[in-house]
Amino acid sequence: MAIPTSKSGSNVLTGPVARRHVRARRPLRRYLVRTVQYVVMVVLSAIFMIPLIWMISSSLKTQGQVFAYPPVWIPDPIQWSNYAEALRRAPLLRWLMNTATITAFAITGNVLTSSMVAFGFARLRFPGRGPLFILLLSTMMLPDVVTLIPRFILFRWLGWLDTFLPLIVPPFFGGGPFNIFLVRQFYLTIPRDFDEAARIDGASNWQIWWLILAPLTKPVLIAIGIFSFVHHWNDFLLPLIYLFSERNKTLALGLRAFINPSDASWHISMAASMFLVVPILVLFFFGQRYFIRGVVMTGIQGR
Amino acid sequence: MAKTQLSNLRRQEMIDGYLFIAPWLIGFVLWVAGPMIASIILAFMEWDLFSPPKWVGIQNFEQLFTTRLVGISLWNTAYYTFISVPLSLMVALGSAMLLTMQIRFQSLFRTFFYLPSVMPAVASAVLWFWVFNPEVGLANQLLRMLGLPESQWIWAPETAKPSFILMSLWGVGNTMVIFLAGLQGIPRSLYDAAEIDGANWWHSFRAVTLPMLSPVILFNLVLGIIGSFQVFTSAYLLTNGGPQHATLFVVLYLYRLGFEQFRMGFASALAWLLFLIILVFTLLQLRLSDAWVYYEGGET
Repeated sequence: MAIPTSKSGSNVLTGPVARRHVRARRPLRRYLVRTVQYVVMVVLSAIFMIPLIWMISSSLKTQGQVFAYPPVWIPDPIQWSNYAEALRRAPLLRWLMNTATITAFAITGNVLTSSMVAFGFARLRFPGRGPLFILLLSTMMLPDVVTLIPRFILFRWLGWLDTFLPLIVPPFFGGGPFNIFLVRQFYLTIPRDFDEAARIDGASNWQIWWLILAPLTKPVLIAIGIFSFVHHWNDFLLPLIYLFSERNKTLALGLRAFINPSDASWHISMAASMFLVVPILVLFFFGQRYFIRGVVMTGIQGR
Repeated sequence: MAKTQLSNLRRQEMIDGYLFIAPWLIGFVLWVAGPMIASIILAFMEWDLFSPPKWVGIQNFEQLFTTRLVGISLWNTAYYTFISVPLSLMVALGSAMLLTMQIRFQSLFRTFFYLPSVMPAVASAVLWFWVFNPEVGLANQLLRMLGLPESQWIWAPETAKPSFILMSLWGVGNTMVIFLAGLQGIPRSLYDAAEIDGANWWHSFRAVTLPMLSPVILFNLVLGIIGSFQVFTSAYLLTNGGPQHATLFVVLYLYRLGFEQFRMGFASALAWLLFLIILVFTLLQLRLSDAWVYYEGGET
């Protein structure tokens, strides 16, 4: 798996110096340290994974097994019909389609316009570029909730409430300051000779962006794509205020109906949640490399 | 002639420059600057979206100080933030350090630690809602197995906020990965040098790891606080602010004021208060960071 490892792959506890030191003098102690390491790792992994495993396993249990004490981990029989029952109780497939539609548009908008705006800031000279970029950076600090109410009023005035428009139009206007910043940082590492040569050959700025620089920034664009997928797929607050009719809901919004203390069918709730979780898990396992790289990019380049 | 050609090129570059940044510029006016101005004006008005808006002066701001729930929501948010953020940083850093050790199945362990943080908030809410069930939930079943006293979790005012903090620790994966990358950027030679000077594990941690990692710690701290001040989804879904307002966080209260009670003016005033608090904390951290953040090459 492509999670980054250190260049030397070691640290003080297990590094060459420490190892030599310990091995020479105290083989028993080294063995003990190793054992403790594994035990700690296994226990911590269990703590992190148990809720998730419990969710998956409960989605396949009978109602009786959900409440069994001690907890049953491997359902017997495996009750696939929970998923059919979840589909019968709520229009999950419709909600899944809505979520997929919104997410697809939002990703396109975010990736396309953040790359475009970043090109303008990284490569073209125009009066006011510096101050405008500082303005852009300062909006990264602005919490979304400050503009939540006026934006809602704006979309209401436009007649966009209970449509997907408030969720898919804004991503086409800049794609988020953080994303613009990331792509710009990436552009700055690409030598200017690339575009100079193309310019001498008569290429326009648009051709230089689309044909030369954008392809070179593919890794960062993929990372932005994955992060906007996760963000929009998981988003709850914005769909909550903009969408109300049953047929327009997103999956995240619709799942609210499955949290009901007076209803004892946990297994059905878990099965319904899996419709939201499985696509993320699939994306994670296929794109793990980009996931991790993306987090690292945002964390390290952002400082 | 060459001169006009050059200035033509310049002009073209300028026009293109504005065109390339146009999406952001228009977006800035439409979704940021415009709404912020509107939000200030709204904060001086009373408006339920249906009857015409009414100018009420600073009445909304006065109400911020006299409304009991404002104080409660601020206290809840502060309590949650100031415990969950430092704890998350410690857990994330600890996990990251464990995960840099040379150990078999290392990448598998990393996946396990990271996976919960990509879980959708709503799916996590569904999950923890049943985990925290006092009678038959997984949390109490585990406590029972270990012979420990059971808890009411999110269902009692005393344990509700700690339960939310526990949930937030489950999702430290992102922070952890950023720490992991930071740890791997520390040159081995520094540890070797410390070793030669006779430093033990704790000494190297204090003298090498912490200073070298301080910019990453600052980054995670600032983002962690901004994010945690805005906690909403889990509280809205799990407890809806209860029991006895113990989990009424600011954004949840703001949502209720705006979208359940339609008090757009008062909600805007509260949004500005939250914004100011976040701004002050962010600036304060950046200012204080001069004292403890170490930048290689001496740039501050």
